[in-house]
Amino acid sequence: MTAILGARLAGASTLHLDEELDPRGRLVVVGNGMAGARFVEEVLERGGGEQFRITVFGDEPHGNYNRIMLSPVLAGESHEDDIVLNSHDWYADNGIDLRAGVRVQRIDTAAKQVHAADGSVTAYDHLVLATGSYSFIPPMNGVRTADGELLGGVYGFRTIDETRAMLEATGRCTRAVVMGGGLLGLEAARALQGHGLQVELVHAMPWLMNAQLSREAGSILERSVEALGITVHLDVLATEVLGTGHVEGVVLEDGRRLDCDLLVVAAGVRPHTDVAVRSGLEVERAIVVDDQLRTDDADVYAIGECAQHRGSVYGLVAPAWEHAKVLADVLTGTDPDAEYTGSRTATKLKVAGVDVATMGTSTPERDDDEFLVISEPKRGVHLSVVIRDDRLVGATLLGDTRKVAFLTQAFDRGAPLPEERIRLLVDLSDGAEEVGVAEMPADSQVCNCNGVSKGDICGAVASGCGSVGEVMDRTRAGKGCGSCKSLVKQIVEWAADGDLAEDPAASWYVPGVPMPKPELIRAIREHDLRSVSAVFAKLAPDGKDDARSKMGLTSLLKMIWGSDHVPEKDAEFINDRVHGNIQRDGTFSVVPQMKGGVTTPAQLRRIADVAEKYEVPMVKVTGGQRIDLLGVRKEDLPAMWNDLGMPSGYAYGKSFRTVKTCVGSDFCRFGLDDSTQLGIDLETRFQGIESPAKMKLAVVGCPRNCAEAYVKDVGVVAVGGGKWEVYVGGAAGASVRKGDLLATVEGRDAVMTLAGRFMQYYRENANWLERTYDFVPRIGLEKIKQLLLEDSEGICADLDAGMQRSIDAYRDPWGQDAEEPATPGQFRTSLPLVELPAVPVR
Amino acid sequence: MSVTDVATATGVVVGRVEDVPPGEGRAFVAGGEQVAVFRLRDGSLHATQAACPHAGGPLADGQSDVDVLVCPLHQYAYRWSDGASTSGAAPVRVFPVREVDGDLVVTL
Ligand SMILES: Cc1cc2nc3c(=O)[nH]c(=O)nc-3n(C[C@H](O)[C@H](O)[C@H](O)COP(=O)(O)OP(=O)(O)OC[C@H]3O[C@@H](n4cnc5c(N)ncnc54)[C@H](O)[C@@H]3O)c2cc1C
Ligand code: HEM
Ligand code: SF4
Ligand code: SF4
Ligand code: FES
Repeated sequence: MTAILGARLAGASTLHLDEELDPRGRLVVVGNGMAGARFVEEVLERGGGEQFRITVFGDEPHGNYNRIMLSPVLAGESHEDDIVLNSHDWYADNGIDLRAGVRVQRIDTAAKQVHAADGSVTAYDHLVLATGSYSFIPPMNGVRTADGELLGGVYGFRTIDETRAMLEATGRCTRAVVMGGGLLGLEAARALQGHGLQVELVHAMPWLMNAQLSREAGSILERSVEALGITVHLDVLATEVLGTGHVEGVVLEDGRRLDCDLLVVAAGVRPHTDVAVRSGLEVERAIVVDDQLRTDDADVYAIGECAQHRGSVYGLVAPAWEHAKVLADVLTGTDPDAEYTGSRTATKLKVAGVDVATMGTSTPERDDDEFLVISEPKRGVHLSVVIRDDRLVGATLLGDTRKVAFLTQAFDRGAPLPEERIRLLVDLSDGAEEVGVAEMPADSQVCNCNGVSKGDICGAVASGCGSVGEVMDRTRAGKGCGSCKSLVKQIVEWAADGDLAEDPAASWYVPGVPMPKPELIRAIREHDLRSVSAVFAKLAPDGKDDARSKMGLTSLLKMIWGSDHVPEKDAEFINDRVHGNIQRDGTFSVVPQMKGGVTTPAQLRRIADVAEKYEVPMVKVTGGQRIDLLGVRKEDLPAMWNDLGMPSGYAYGKSFRTVKTCVGSDFCRFGLDDSTQLGIDLETRFQGIESPAKMKLAVVGCPRNCAEAYVKDVGVVAVGGGKWEVYVGGAAGASVRKGDLLATVEGRDAVMTLAGRFMQYYRENANWLERTYDFVPRIGLEKIKQLLLEDSEGICADLDAGMQRSIDAYRDPWGQDAEEPATPGQFRTSLPLVELPAVPVR
Repeated sequence: MSVTDVATATGVVVGRVEDVPPGEGRAFVAGGEQVAVFRLRDGSLHATQAACPHAGGPLADGQSDVDVLVCPLHQYAYRWSDGASTSGAAPVRVFPVREVDGDLVVTL
C-alpha cells in the first residue's frame, strides 16, 4: 500500500558520468513539488541540460505530481495515476539525478554543500530551495500523541500520502470534522461528504473563505455548502481533540462537542523554512528573496510557496510557476536580467461544487473606488467588481463565472472597461459573451490545473477533435478542479463554429455496447442473441465484455426473450445471483413475498420461527409493507427459503418490487373501493418482472392516499363509482415527485391492462437505471397518453403480448435454486475467514 | 526440477477449476489467507485478496470483465493487471494463479 507514484520499473538504471570529468555546473534543487519540478522543466527547455548537472532532492518518495488535483483524487473523481506530472523515468531520461524520499537537512553555504538525511553530502554551484509548505496544525489539547505524531484519524491535506490515508479511512469512518473554511477545508469537506460521511466544518473566522471573499459573498457560499448537507460552524475555535489512540471528537471553545472518527485539519499552511533557518539564510514569514529570486546568499535561490517576495508569500501555483520561469531565465543566461515583480493573483476554483473566481481586492479600499455588486442569495450567486481610475482592480464571482474570461483579461492587461459597468458582470443580451471568448488572447490560460491555454484548445479542435469530451481528453483541460469546464466548452464551441458532435456515449443503453436502446433491441433480435456473452461477442467493440454493462444486458435479454433467453450467472449482479439484497458486511437480506402487505398469523409464526432458528440479526418492517430478515449468511439462504416456504418478494432486483395497499372499502370508513384486493391482484400478475430500474406500486381506496400512491412508479387511487385514477412516474426516494395522472379508468381489469401496458412501454424504452420519474417527463405525458390510450402508433397489442411473455416466463427463484444450486458454490461464503454476520445483532 | 514442480512447490492448491463457474469468482483459503479466484469467460484465471480494500466488501461476489473486477458494495473497480483502483481507492493485492492438471494453484 505504499505504491510510489510515477515509480520506475524495477531493473531500470541510470547512467552516471564520471563526476570529475563533467565540465557542467552543479545545479541542486531542494523540493520536488510543483515549483521545483517546473523549474527543472523550464531549465531543460532553455537547453540547461548542456549547462548543468541537475540533482533534485524530494522528501516525498514519488515522482512529481499535480498537488492541485489531490482534491478530485480525494473526491474519487480522478485516479492518482492521472495526476503524475513527471515520473521517475522522466528524470532518468533527462539525465537528472532524482533523490526521491531523501530529506535535506541543512546547507553549508560556505562550503557550498547540501547535507541530506541519508548522510549524503552534495556539492553545488547554484542551489534552489523549493520546499513549499506544510499543513499548519493549530495548538489543541490532544491533537498529538506523546511522541509528537498526529493522533490516529487526524490528517492534514497536502500530500498524496495523506490523501490516500483519508481515502482509505472513508471506508471505515462515518463522521468527519473538517477544521478550516478556506479552499482546502471546503474541498475536503465536499469530498468526504461525497463518500457518504456526515461532515461538519469548523471555521475560526466569521465567514467562509474570508481571505478571498467579502462577508456577503462568504455567507452566500455558506448557504450553498449547507445545502450540500455539510454543517458549518463559524467564528469558533476548536480547543481540544478527544480520543486516545484514535480521534473520537473535538471540543469547541464554547464547550460544544462534535463527535467524529476522522478529523481533517486544513487551517492554513506554513512555508517549509527549517532548512533555510538552519543554514543561516534570512527568513521572515518565508525565505526572503529579491526580484531575481535570490536569497541573501548569492548562489542560493528560493521559489514557490517557501519564498517571500516584496513582503508577499503566495499560496497558489501560478506565482510558483512564474518564479520558475524567471529563475530559469536568469540561471541559464537566456535572459540574465529577467526580474519577477510580483503576481496579480486571479484564481478560478471550484469550491465544494460552487464556481468561484477571485482577483485582486474583494472590497473597495479608497473613497473614489467604484464598487458594483449583484447579489442573488436564492440562486447562490454573488458578483462584484472594484474599479479604480477606470481599471479593474478586483472582482469576485461566486456561483456564476461566465464573465471570468473578460474580467481576467481586464485585470491582467488593463483592458478598457465598458461605459455601462453592469456589462462587466452580466450580458445584456447582445452576444457580448461570445465576443469575450473570441477576444481572449490565444496564450491566456484557461485551465490552471493543467496549464492549458485557449490556443491549445483551438489547436485540438483544428486537429480534428469533434466534441467537447474529445478536446478535454486530448488537452486535459477541465480535468482538474473542473472550474474551467464551462469556459472550455464555450471556447470549443466558438472554435468549432457550430461543427460539433454530441457525445455519442450519452445515448447508449449500457457503456460497453455502443448503441442506443432501440437499435440494440433490433440488433439482438436480428442476430438472435440470447445470452449476454453472445451480445458482447457480436456487438461490442472487439467483442470485449464490460463488467458494468452486464446487469443491464441481462435485464434486457430477459425482457426480449422471456424464458427463451440463455441465462448466464456471471452476467447477473450478486443480488440476482443469490436472490437477496447484499448488505454492508457481505450478508444478505431475505424478504418473503407478502402481497399487498397482507399477511396471516400462520405466516408471521413461520417467519418468527425461521428468524429464531437462523439467529437473524434484525427483523424489520420495510417501507414496502413486508418483513425483512437482515444479516443472513449466504450459506443459509437456501435452507431458510425452504423453511419459510414462501416465494421471493423481489426486494433486491431491478424489477417489479411491491404493491402497497391501504385497507380500503373492506375496513376503512372512507374507502371507496377494494384497494387491498386490487393490490394483491397486481402483485400476483406482475411479480418479479425485470425492468430498467425498480418499480414500486401502490393502490389506495380513496384520495386520502394512506399508502402513498401519488408518489409511486404506478399509483392507483379509487375515486368511487368503480373508477380508478392511474398515476405514473411518481417517486418518494432520493427524488420526490408526484406522479402524473395517466387516465381515470373504469373497473379493475382496465387498471390491470393499463398498468401492464405502461410498465411494458417503460421496460422497452427506458435507459438502464432510468426510473419512471425521469422516464415519464423525458417521453412526455401527452405522448404516453397517445401511445397507450389512443394507440396512436398501433403498439398496444405488442406491449400486451410482450408483458404476457414475461409473466409466463416467471419462476419463483427461491423455489428454483433452493432445490439445486444454479452453479457450483452459488451459496458459498465469499469471505471464508470473516465471521459473519458482522452487522449488529438486535 | 520441471517448471510445474516449481510452480506447485511455491503455490497452494485451493481447489479444482470446476469449483469456479465460468465468468464468476469464488473465495478460498490459501495458506491462512482468504483469496478470491476468478475464471473469466476467455479462460484466463485471476486471484485477488478476498475483502475489498474500500470497506471490506466480498470481492468474489463482484462482476468482472477482461480488464477489471467491480466490487458489489460500492462499485469500485480494480484492474487485474496491477490491482490499482480506477476510482481512487487503495489497490487490491493480486496473486498469480494457474491451473495445474485441473487444480487451481495460487502463489501467495
Ligand atoms: C489539495 C490542494 C488543492 C490545491 N488547489 C489549488 C488550486 O486549485 N489552485 C492553485 O493555484 N493552487 C492550489 N493549491 C496550492 C498549490 O498546490 C501550491 O501552491 C503549490 O503546490 C506550491 O508549489 P511548491 O513547489 O511551492 O510547493 P509543493 O508543491 O508543496 O512542493 C514542495 C516539495 O518540497 C518537499 N520538501 C520540503 N522540504 C524538503 C526538504 N527539506 N528536503 C527535500 N524535500 C523537501 C516537499 O515534500 C514537497 O514535495 C492546492 C493545494 C492543495 C494541497
Ligand atoms: C463511487 C461511488 C460510491 C462511493 C465512493 C460510495 C461510498 C460509500 C461509503 C463510504 C459508504 C459508507 C460505507 C461504510 O460506512 O462502511 C457508502 C454506503 C452506502 N452506499 Fe455507497 N458509494 C458509492 C456508490 C454507491 C452506489 C452506486 C450505491 C447504490 C446503487 C451505493 C449505495 C450505498 C448504500 C446503500 C450505502 C449505505 C448502506 C451500507 O453502508 O451498506 N453507493 N457508500
Ligand atoms: S386511502 Fe382512503 S380508503 Fe385507504 S385507508 Fe386511507 S382513508 Fe381509507
Ligand atoms: S436504507 Fe436507504 S436511506 Fe437508509 S442508509 Fe440505506 S440507502 Fe440510505
Ligand atoms: S467495499 Fe468494495 S467498493 Fe466499498
